[in-house]
Amino acid sequence: MTKIILKDIDDLNTLEVYEANGGFSALKKVLKEMKADEVIEEVKKSGLRGRGGACFPTGLKWSFMPKVTDKPKFLCCNGDESEPGSFKDREIFERNPYQFLEGTLIACYAMGIKTAYIYIRGEYYRWINIIEECINQLYKKGYIGKNVAGSSFSTDIYIHKGAGAYICGEESALMSSIEGQRGYPRVKPPFPAQFGLWGYPTTINNIETITNIPEIINRGSKWFASVGEPKHPGTLLFGISGHINKPGVYELETGTPLMTIINEYCGGVWRGKSLKAVIPGGSSVPPLTRDEALKAKMDSESLKEFNSAIGTAGIIVMDQDTDLLEVLTRITYFYFHESCGQCTPCREGCGWMLRILRRISEGKGRMSDLDLLISVADNIEGNTICALGDAAAWPVKWTIRKFRGEFESKIQKEEIELPNINKVHSIRHTDYYT
Amino acid sequence: MFSEAELIEIEKIKKRYESPQSSLLPVLWMIQEKEGWISKDSMSYAAELLNIPYEYVLGVVSFYTMFFKKPKGKFHLQICTNVSCMLRGGYELYKYACKKLGINKEEITSDGMFSIEEVECLGSCATAPMMQVNNKEYFENLTFEKFDELIEKFKKEI
Repeated sequence: MTKIILKDIDDLNTLEVYEANGGFSALKKVLKEMKADEVIEEVKKSGLRGRGGACFPTGLKWSFMPKVTDKPKFLCCNGDESEPGSFKDREIFERNPYQFLEGTLIACYAMGIKTAYIYIRGEYYRWINIIEECINQLYKKGYIGKNVAGSSFSTDIYIHKGAGAYICGEESALMSSIEGQRGYPRVKPPFPAQFGLWGYPTTINNIETITNIPEIINRGSKWFASVGEPKHPGTLLFGISGHINKPGVYELETGTPLMTIINEYCGGVWRGKSLKAVIPGGSSVPPLTRDEALKAKMDSESLKEFNSAIGTAGIIVMDQDTDLLEVLTRITYFYFHESCGQCTPCREGCGWMLRILRRISEGKGRMSDLDLLISVADNIEGNTICALGDAAAWPVKWTIRKFRGEFESKIQKEEIELPNINKVHSIRHTDYYT
Repeated sequence: MFSEAELIEIEKIKKRYESPQSSLLPVLWMIQEKEGWISKDSMSYAAELLNIPYEYVLGVVSFYTMFFKKPKGKFHLQICTNVSCMLRGGYELYKYACKKLGINKEEITSDGMFSIEEVECLGSCATAPMMQVNNKEYFENLTFEKFDELIEKFKKEI
């Protein structure tokens, strides 16, 4: 299996070992031999797609940045990583931090950026310290700062520590957070490449995406494009959790069958049980039934067939005894808690879905509640500024559609009289100081 | 509130950003590190320091869950109960911890040692169940026994 990020080299997280294994050769190559446009072209040809969930082609995103401008330009590396089931970026920070930072420098060079911010979620105290130390090392060695590696190109890299908000992983909310505001997403267009941080051209890339860059430069776009599934090439850091024998992060080529990951790499479903459902890409993507999981290949195109998505490649495995109502209620509570509160469909809709799911859990559900849930989800999806609304709607809509029988079995046959409660909520607007 | 050295540090942080208001998050982090939580007075101080309205600071502090709006125990235990942890016993651990310490969410033990909170996914899904302490260190792959040991260890640290 090809490894691009989590290579089997001991102590790759130290600068000496990283340099001894070809570290910073890609940076030196672009600085010496390549024009900025050529770097972008190379990334375009590699077919690299964003690893943050939207799978947008990275080279194309970079090409949106204005070439000639008197305004400053910015790069944001998105290490907010808050999607439940996703824990790959911390693995990069821990095991190959310099490759990520080299990628950041190459990205800055390609887009003519002089300031990059690495946004890391506040909870990652330990990993923030690791990256801070790495950045210090690279400043000392002359890889960051004035005249990068002796060239005429200069750039600075700073860490911006988050403070606990899932929504700040959304690119425009991330910019709001760097600007010192509440993490509110912004209406697009204008897109960040035109109007980003402080109104200046900005590109936001996921940590894993950026970490792929040095290897694309070193080994060529042709090679990268040949790894894994042609439409979604490269490797993915699959984070496997839930009812599984060997949970963890596994770097595997795109297009690897899901059952190969579960059985061959992760030792199968725990306690000898059988599989009930799998969430293939973090809690926001639609789940797969057992039959679908048996057929699924793990890349963005193949999962579309099952109305699901690769997301952040955070695989959550659930065994035969899992109560899907409980799982769905917990997932919905998460989105209810994390909704920023700007858009009514998301802010109120998540609360409605949660209350309906809870009343079903309490044995007060009605058969019509299932369609009501799907209807609320449909009215959230696509009607909000950012994708959090969609992320909240998909699991509800698709878990009920795919496992309707299980939900129906939780509902008693006779009709139940319900009091009419319609409480407006907005958790992130609550004044805690009363 | 801040010492001379800390004020110099803040000036350095300000230079990283295009607007002074952008250093609000780092400043709030520094306050919380110093005081353990963010009081109304601290918010006024931050507002004055960065020349922005108090209400603006209040808005930011209330948005982010990691900024504490009330004092916490010396050891603030943050247990994840999101879906991956839930599947591997996150709730059982949370309930066990509440029972053992005799406190619920937002409460502090009478000796001021411990407070507890149920938190959203901390990116520790493969090592569930887990707990973060004081917004810092992660304790992973927890069992009731390991939790007991940790509590004893914390008690000795004081």
